[in-house]
Amino acid sequence: MGVIYVLWQRQLKRFYRQKSRVIGSIAQPLLFLVALGFGFGSIFQEAGRGSYIQFLVPGIIAMSILFSSIFSGIEIIWDKQFGFLKETLVAPVSRLRIMIGRTLGGATIAVLQGLLILIISFAFGFKLNNLALLPFAILFMILTAILFTALGTAIASKLNDMQGFQLLMNLLIMPLFFLSGALFPLTDLPKVINFIVRINPLTYCVDAIRYFLTSMSSISIIVSSIVIIFCLVIFVSIGSYLFSRMEV
Amino acid sequence: MIINNFKKNNLKKEESIIDVKNLTKLYGSFKAVDDISFSVKKGEIFAFLGPNGAGKSTTIKILTTLLKYNSGQININGYDILKDSQKVRESFGIVFQDPSVDEELTAYENMKIHSVLYGLEKINAKKRIEKFLKVVELWDRKDDLVSKFSGGMKRRLEIARGLLHVPKILFLDEPTVGLDPQTRKHIWNYILEINKKEKVTIFFTTHYMDEVEKVADKIAIIDKGKIIEKGNISDFKKQTKSKTLEEAFIKITGYDIREEESSSLDQLRQRRKITRR
Repeated sequence: MGVIYVLWQRQLKRFYRQKSRVIGSIAQPLLFLVALGFGFGSIFQEAGRGSYIQFLVPGIIAMSILFSSIFSGIEIIWDKQFGFLKETLVAPVSRLRIMIGRTLGGATIAVLQGLLILIISFAFGFKLNNLALLPFAILFMILTAILFTALGTAIASKLNDMQGFQLLMNLLIMPLFFLSGALFPLTDLPKVINFIVRINPLTYCVDAIRYFLTSMSSISIIVSSIVIIFCLVIFVSIGSYLFSRMEV
Repeated sequence: MIINNFKKNNLKKEESIIDVKNLTKLYGSFKAVDDISFSVKKGEIFAFLGPNGAGKSTTIKILTTLLKYNSGQININGYDILKDSQKVRESFGIVFQDPSVDEELTAYENMKIHSVLYGLEKINAKKRIEKFLKVVELWDRKDDLVSKFSGGMKRRLEIARGLLHVPKILFLDEPTVGLDPQTRKHIWNYILEINKKEKVTIFFTTHYMDEVEKVADKIAIIDKGKIIEKGNISDFKKQTKSKTLEEAFIKITGYDIREEESSSLDQLRQRRKITRR
């Protein structure tokens, strides 16, 4: 049994043993889905854009993956002092394997949460456009999860206390979500907003997931794929570099 | 100075399992550890003492490869800590000052992960897990979640885990802090037994001087980053004309309370107490 496997397995066990965590992790995305989905549904339809739930669900799935994966990376700040992380850092195992195990564990949980949202959203009238494309949607959910877990890891490797955490939440995670095309279509945006949206990696993740779930999209899937893979390579490289140099 | 009289016990190189020479660690311009040298012999029980903020934990973190240092030479179990860090890591077990068991896993699962991290699964990992959980009297609780354990039980589990890969050295950073006298006694009994039976060298820190007097073969006292005393306890007491080690310790480190500025670490500890019932 490999090191990466047991570290991955550990995080899954922690996830399903904490029922409250499972519920908590889907409560917030569901609130967004219900409040925005039904709140803006009629306006969206009147504007001739079709069903807002259909548009919104992929965005909310991406949101739950974003939150969950960044948090599992950021958990390292806490873990440096009070957690299991130190046990792994003094073991005769390379940091890279520890980082891979952690990242895959965090990413798996994020994807599971995304899938839970997807399943629940069927109850709200969400419909898949083509069942055969579902595996591709899941693939992009996995890529999204790994990308943002690595980003969280990179940030947490540099932070030593929770002070910066609130700042991070307001200045990074929320803007990533709100300015991504998760909630609104990318057409006719003001120039500044459009620019920010276009340099936000989550925009491409949302668009790709939306494309494979509903066949709606505003960016070519090839462009999205290239951007996502590019960001993935960059974030994972920076994340593993900083994690390997991290001092506790 | 009293120090000079203590340098009689010049240790032979081949006997020492921890060998630290001229170690310095800077945080910015602050010298957390200032040119310290000491060595610990194989099989010895070595107490590393000092007031709060003296540099104890920093030194342990450096010795256990968690922290880089600015200058000096460190050998652990014959391996250079920088060149052979993998070998060094295989050589020791550690019980940290703050808990590092996974509370949402069972005792057995914590041990299992440790066995994989140390590459023990090919050999008789199961038997070893059973053996060490029995040593610390947790075998019948092996399938319980660690979150249900008391502070003392968690400590015992960490000790069993630190010993699982049969290390040459066991580092213990304040292993008995916050525990009742009964549990402290039990924990020291396990440690002494392991020290005798398995010839594990023990390197520990504590603020309980009575514990040190009972168990330690040698001590070193660090204050403001410098080692101000090292050697036998009885010699040290004679030098300072003290009846107890505590008296001698206070004589040499002074009566002032060391006020550490509340660091972000303390704030984290505080928050942890609030959130963990």
